[in-house]
Amino acid sequence: MTVAGSVTFDLDRAWRVDPRVSMRPEPFGALLYHFGTRRLSFLKNQTVLAVVRSLADHPSARAACLASGVPEAELPVYARALAALAESQMISERTLS
Amino acid sequence: MAEHEAESEALTSDELLVEEVSIDGMCGVY
Amino acid sequence: MTIAPDAAPVADAAGVRPAAPSPGKLTDLFQLGLDAPICLTWELTYACNLSCVHCLSSSGRRDPRELTTRECMDVIDTLERMQVFYVNIGGGEPTVRPDFWELVDYATAHHVGVKFSTNGVKLDAAAAARLAASDYVDVQISLDGATREVNDAVRGPGSFDTAVRAMQNLADAGFKGFKLSVVMTRQNIPQIDQFKAIADRYGAQLRLTRLRPSGRGADVWDELHPLPEQQRQLYDWLVAHGEQVLTGDSFFHLSAFGGALPGLNLCGAGRVVCLIDPVGDVYACPFAIHDNFLAGNVRDTGGFESVWRHSPLFADLRKPDTGGACKSCGFYDSCRGGCMAAKFFTGLPLDGPDPECVQGYGETALASVPASSAATPRPSVDHSHRTMPPRPGPSRLRTAGGSRAVPVSIGPRRPPAHDCDESPLAGFDAPSGCR
Repeated sequence: MTVAGSVTFDLDRAWRVDPRVSMRPEPFGALLYHFGTRRLSFLKNQTVLAVVRSLADHPSARAACLASGVPEAELPVYARALAALAESQMISERTLS
Repeated sequence: MAEHEAESEALTSDELLVEEVSIDGMCGVY
Repeated sequence: MTIAPDAAPVADAAGVRPAAPSPGKLTDLFQLGLDAPICLTWELTYACNLSCVHCLSSSGRRDPRELTTRECMDVIDTLERMQVFYVNIGGGEPTVRPDFWELVDYATAHHVGVKFSTNGVKLDAAAAARLAASDYVDVQISLDGATREVNDAVRGPGSFDTAVRAMQNLADAGFKGFKLSVVMTRQNIPQIDQFKAIADRYGAQLRLTRLRPSGRGADVWDELHPLPEQQRQLYDWLVAHGEQVLTGDSFFHLSAFGGALPGLNLCGAGRVVCLIDPVGDVYACPFAIHDNFLAGNVRDTGGFESVWRHSPLFADLRKPDTGGACKSCGFYDSCRGGCMAAKFFTGLPLDGPDPECVQGYGETALASVPASSAATPRPSVDHSHRTMPPRPGPSRLRTAGGSRAVPVSIGPRRPPAHDCDESPLAGFDAPSGCR
């Protein structure tokens, strides 16, 4: 688990991008804008964009990271990124059906 | 309101991959 | 180059996508420009029921060349395709356009958020209810005084009451978090706590923005702009209350007082944001409505997308900023040389200090600007009401003994072309219907 601010991020739970978020790929990564909070997030590489986009397709954030090519050793870095996105409500947990 | 990822927290091997900002219209709304 | 929303960089055999080089700080990235704006200001009309003395767009009378409803929808389609996140709709008074609500609905249906700025004249209970029901529309009420006396001196008789009525309607409709937007002046900075109280009373969020010497603002700048000690007061107040208050990212020049203020501390003109005006002209910024900052027109071949991506003006603004005369100042990193429009309309060079530089370099620079109208640019377009009193012009250019008389403009005018115009068409007036 990784902590960022007040949110504890659990890589082993299922996540998804909030439906009020608009994602715009950019050459460097992506911009995310949340229509509810009106905040803007900036993803700094293509891999973290791939992870975020695929969150809803995987049973866990860990699986999404690995499927996007994140090496095991770098999982904590990506967990911190996801924790920041969770804290700003860009992503939220989803229940597995 | 705004959330800056402080540069001093970024290490070469632990670079922050997400940065956030509150962008209130950037002088565009009056 | 922008990757289409459903495309992704090619993955290698192991399914690993190559990472593009990280651009480092967000601010660096924004300085160099994006493939599409994040948001932009769209002045829907120059028509307005008010004649605020400091109006940045010199609004009042509708321009007969205004974009039609269909043309506006075409712009929205373009913004959707470019994935512009939202538009800041203003004017003039945007709600006086008969198709205002139709356009707002069209935008939100096409994934473009709408935030609009209004003096409140048309925000009756029905309008307020409609707004309260939408997740993708935000509204901002303009008010420049916490009392009728201070406000109406700038915005005209009755405007305070109009704004308050609109805010009451929004509060009654349950619209929490609409914006109360104030342009900070010498006269209203002492009322800053009262503005916060008014916002709190109606469930609104306070937004404080910077006065620029733009549009009619050029004529009242000397009387209205904050005094140096007031800038300090404002900075201290923002530091203390910054979490709850928006600033339109317009006070980054105050960051040179100490720690940076919340928000994006840099000028996004032509890089992250721009203006589309009522006749489709695209300017770098709503405070820079002048031929020098005109990038093109949405009616040109290729439309807005082509202007944003290929305009020579924008390419120029997106070049890395070397700091110019400010580069030896230790505060340059936090203030980035301040506001381009503020410098331009006070006759200062763009690669030097802001006229309100908190270190005082702006005042020094202003002393070197010749006190002649040739040295201080005037707005290129003026849609002020004919019933306004003659515009006195900037006070430091007035002759001793009283205001100089300036003829009220009859229609939008363009200044004569001069040698420094980049465009080969400078000064060329196309026959109507050609644009």
